[in-house]
Amino acid sequence: MAPEFDLFMTPDQKINSVELKGKPVILAFYPADWSPVCGDQMTLYNETLKLFRKFNAQLIGISVDSKWCHMAFSENRNLHFPLLSDFEPKGAVSKLYGCYNETNGESERAIFVIDEQAIIQWSYLSPDDINPGADGILDALEKLPNLK
Amino acid sequence: MSKLKPAVNSADHHQGNVNATITLVEYGDFECPHCRRAHPFVKRLLQERSKELHFVFRNFPLNEIHPHAYVSAVFAEAAGKQGKFWEMHDLIFENQDRLNSNFLLSLAEGLGLDLIQFAKDSKSEDVQNKIEKDFESGIRSGVNGTPTFFLNGSPVLTYDETYESLLDAVQLETEMKQH
Repeated sequence: MAPEFDLFMTPDQKINSVELKGKPVILAFYPADWSPVCGDQMTLYNETLKLFRKFNAQLIGISVDSKWCHMAFSENRNLHFPLLSDFEPKGAVSKLYGCYNETNGESERAIFVIDEQAIIQWSYLSPDDINPGADGILDALEKLPNLK
Repeated sequence: MSKLKPAVNSADHHQGNVNATITLVEYGDFECPHCRRAHPFVKRLLQERSKELHFVFRNFPLNEIHPHAYVSAVFAEAAGKQGKFWEMHDLIFENQDRLNSNFLLSLAEGLGLDLIQFAKDSKSEDVQNKIEKDFESGIRSGVNGTPTFFLNGSPVLTYDETYESLLDAVQLETEMKQH
């Protein structure tokens, strides 16, 4: 089962993972807003939303940046999907998913594809300096067992 | 990164020798400064390696960060309907700092296109679908930014925004084909 979470996505709005049940979820953990590779990765996923939507999948980005930092980053890049703030206690959700880097205090670049029943069906850990693209995510969405 | 999916086919815009042993594919965004930088490198390669090289361009517009990328792709594809894809492709890259709809239209005029037909083609599903399919094929092929090059279906991971790095990759592929 995918670990549950309840995190801020805007300064006054939270997302609870229970609300996401019933549709596939793509959780994309990344090290930091504004870093070059993360910026490219989120920009790419922003453009790939139309392909994710064919699978009725919800994309969510997560990093340890604050909700205000996320808001500025999201506005700057014109992102059309939520960024969650794994800020307090720092990295708690990243730790639950086994993708927190204790040395530099950031999430690792890890992707999870979670099915409608909240079961992790696919995951991938990319080196911090490599943008993993979206082909693996689409392949995983295609293989989801509960896809109607 | 994955292999090129789908392989080069009749829907693609081709340049150079179609019977060449080396096929270079670029996924590009007309408003991307890195693609603008790569543009003369590809032109030079096509001149210097005209017999050995076959070049294909696929659209990978990143609309949210490049507001003129999609409309530029539409204009290039619509020009392609009148046999002027490459002319428009080159003009757009060469004038990347001036992209807007009026300027793009002036490029179409300058190319002597039938502007009524051009307007129809610009709005056609066919053109939109071509761009969408190009983009999806890029995602499926593991493209994570632009430009991304593929040589005979495999990603070029050594391109470092120099002509030499692209030439070296082509040279290596040529040597592999000879052995």
